[in-house]
Amino acid sequence: MNRFAALLDRLAYEPRRNAKLRLLVDYFRHTPDPDRGYALAALTNSLMFKEAKPGLIRGLVEERTDPVLFRMSYHYVGDLAETTALIWPHPVSGEDKTPGPGHNNPPPHVPTISEVVETLATTGKSELPARVAGWLDALDETGRWALLKLITRELRVGVSARLAKTAVAQLGGVEPDEVELIWHGLEPPYEALFAWVEGRAPKPETSNPAPFRPPMLSHPLEEEDFPKLDAADFLGEWKWDGIRLQAVSGRSGDGRLVRRIYSRTGEDVSGAFPDLVEALDFEGAIDGELLIVREGRVQSFNVLQQRLNRKAVTPKLMAEFPAHLRVYDILTEGDEDLRHLPFSERRRRLELLVARLDDPRIDLSPLVEFSSWEILAAARSDPASVGAGPDADAIEGCMIKRADSPYLPGRPKGYWYKWKRDPYLVDAVMMYGQRGHGKRSSYYSDYTFGVWRDGPDGEELVPVGKAYHGFTDEELLKLDRYVRNHTVNRFGPVREVEYGKDRGLVLEVAFEGLQRSTRHKSGVAMRFPRINRIRWDKPAAEADRIETLEKILERGEKEIHPLKGPMIEQDTGGEAP
Amino acid sequence: MALRSIDILTQTSQGLYCPLGDFHIDPIRPVKQALITHGHSDHARSGHRAVLATRETLRIMGVRYGEDFAGATQEAPLGKDIRIKDVTVRFTPAGHVLGSAQIAIEAGGTRIVVSGDYKRAEDPTCLPYEVVPCDVFITEATFGLPVFRHPDTRGEVRKLLDSVNLFPERAHIVGAYALGKAQRVMALLREEGYDKPLYLHGAMERLTELYKSEGVPLGETPKVVAAERSKLAGAIVICPPSSIQDLWSRRFPDPVTCFASGWMRVRARARQKGVELPLVISDHSDWDDLCRTIRETGAGEVWVTHGQEDALVHWCTMQGIRARPLHMLGYGDEGEAEDPGHPSAAAGGGDA
Repeated sequence: MNRFAALLDRLAYEPRRNAKLRLLVDYFRHTPDPDRGYALAALTNSLMFKEAKPGLIRGLVEERTDPVLFRMSYHYVGDLAETTALIWPHPVSGEDKTPGPGHNNPPPHVPTISEVVETLATTGKSELPARVAGWLDALDETGRWALLKLITRELRVGVSARLAKTAVAQLGGVEPDEVELIWHGLEPPYEALFAWVEGRAPKPETSNPAPFRPPMLSHPLEEEDFPKLDAADFLGEWKWDGIRLQAVSGRSGDGRLVRRIYSRTGEDVSGAFPDLVEALDFEGAIDGELLIVREGRVQSFNVLQQRLNRKAVTPKLMAEFPAHLRVYDILTEGDEDLRHLPFSERRRRLELLVARLDDPRIDLSPLVEFSSWEILAAARSDPASVGAGPDADAIEGCMIKRADSPYLPGRPKGYWYKWKRDPYLVDAVMMYGQRGHGKRSSYYSDYTFGVWRDGPDGEELVPVGKAYHGFTDEELLKLDRYVRNHTVNRFGPVREVEYGKDRGLVLEVAFEGLQRSTRHKSGVAMRFPRINRIRWDKPAAEADRIETLEKILERGEKEIHPLKGPMIEQDTGGEAP
Repeated sequence: MALRSIDILTQTSQGLYCPLGDFHIDPIRPVKQALITHGHSDHARSGHRAVLATRETLRIMGVRYGEDFAGATQEAPLGKDIRIKDVTVRFTPAGHVLGSAQIAIEAGGTRIVVSGDYKRAEDPTCLPYEVVPCDVFITEATFGLPVFRHPDTRGEVRKLLDSVNLFPERAHIVGAYALGKAQRVMALLREEGYDKPLYLHGAMERLTELYKSEGVPLGETPKVVAAERSKLAGAIVICPPSSIQDLWSRRFPDPVTCFASGWMRVRARARQKGVELPLVISDHSDWDDLCRTIRETGAGEVWVTHGQEDALVHWCTMQGIRARPLHMLGYGDEGEAEDPGHPSAAAGGGDA
């Protein structure tokens, strides 16, 4: 565990991809099986045990510490696992650091990562707290921190599954894609994989007839890109406001058709979409967007979110929120890998496949015709006018793809671009500042803001959302200072700042959409709100009114509601205290 | 009858003041008579009419402010009683930096100890802390939260040396406060057997020379020559914390940013500063040592000057020790008492 802890510790501070890779390769090279395999599983989120809940950790640490000191420490550190790791009292010597274990106290056994993982997989809920406490007693600060990250399955050390697999590939000089292709047939602790890359055994037979293949991603289109790009080289598509999925079907050894749906990161999400899995009546791998379609109309992301938020997939849920796959690319068909073909050719193959499938749940993302960037710009600003019809509200911009682009894993430069619709903007007044977490602990970095509405005593501010990004580190310092210098009230980690007609700070807030909310005083909740600009110059009285938001809301409400009833809330912003 | 503690020591806008002896301790503005605990600039300021401090502290002030930093200076011998008007004062080592001392004030059978900044951990560059039994103990609380437990410094220095081995083509830039921490890091590296030159930022030079002249062996410590920065692959370079993210440090070969400070215990602090290799080395007491020290002094009353006052006051109260925060402003502007991740630290404000 100590070695794994040291690795996580270094990774957490290392910003450079190549240095991370070096640390990973070094770890895999010098750590024996099965420890390195379980570490790989942890880094790729492939461990099978059920994660420990924060409540368990909080319970353990509160039993052993003064609650007031724990609360102060937690507010200061801003991360439960880290606070617990640091504050955990020494089991034998308490405050006194030097006297180690005496005759009656043999040194506590420091667990290996394998022991931890294997124990978690077999330990019942009731025994878990004692197990975890025993490990925490045995480990040092860094070890405790790593253990808590591991058992809560929240590593967050800036290593993607892809990077971890790349490190394994580098161990033996094989291509990362080769690891990717057999990955889904393998299981922790991956002894066969390591044996293969180290040249000690043949390549493992992949038992997965429907493997995930890393998707091709796009770059955002910047103003300065246009002069370099020739419109004639590109094909245009709508950018759908849904969830990227990869649908794969293949024949297993016994001739059965195995169908799987993967998220963009390769997570198998088939279980959540049985209605869609059923429709995958082909052999191959296709790439597309998950949408909810009712009566032939694509619903907004808000509606999709309501399906995603439900844990149990019931027939009622599937009827209310019918899953739909709108496809835009094909990676393989039968045994044939199509990824080296130009996009225009793959597109033709895809059109044929979709026509053959003839299933209403799977359709083709149409091409957007354009001969110049100006024409595409017009389409982007008003999709309804160029054939998007009633689906226009579910479009968040355009995609442009080189007609000759192969399908390459990752985010290669120069092939695919996304050109998102401009966000909505509103001028709001800062009302509360809250201390951030993680990297921003102790800064007032989360801001609740409001807009004007008519109240019983004239115009008043009503909170409409909370944002914690969009600003630079330098602006954060200024905003933090503003909160500190204009505090009128304190509620734990939250400060209320001065605001009113003649005082207050105006924030230009950008957001992607709105939905009605019964949880927020204002009745609206924002999607992806962020601080677009700080309007130091603008008087608070000139900030926007609630009607501005109502108008945006009405636009998005042309959705079809199959049932009346309470909508599921999406956690887009916090309530003001 | 014993005097009440507040008759011996009270607070003015300049800082702690002893009316019976008519002097201030570590005043933040110029006063007639100042007693100085140690040379960090938030405690030792220039412009007082008279200063009483240890010989080393007076030398440090001379280096920093010029020899005319005060109207008159008097050397305080360690462990000797000094009579000032109606009180007796005594300077005792505090283990914080070279020359640092606690100041005990005694009158009418009551003894108050102003500890200044102090630590209990081993430090090859200064005399170790000595417990002074007292009635009232005045303590700092820079690391006054139970999440601050400083590890063994040897492990931290080895972490640095391991990284130098793993990345021999990169320069390791170690941020360390110019007075105390920088020299301690150098001395620790020497203790671990590192015998190559330790390169210094110009701001470190004079204080490092002073340490050497006081008999602290630091080995070869050349000043970094601007034009030669790009040739220092594999070297360890020591600079002030403010320089680790400067353009200055970017000229070294693929620098690894290190920072030696007790704040590095908290990950967010390290990341906020863009530190890649945090070294938890502190010249202040950690939580356990603050608590231990308070107990060992046997004080029935504790005043907390600066840092995380609330937590330490709470702890004292739970132990049945009377305690109160002094909410003193103006400290924590130099050296480790300043929380590097905390914007209000730079603005001089506190965060209750």
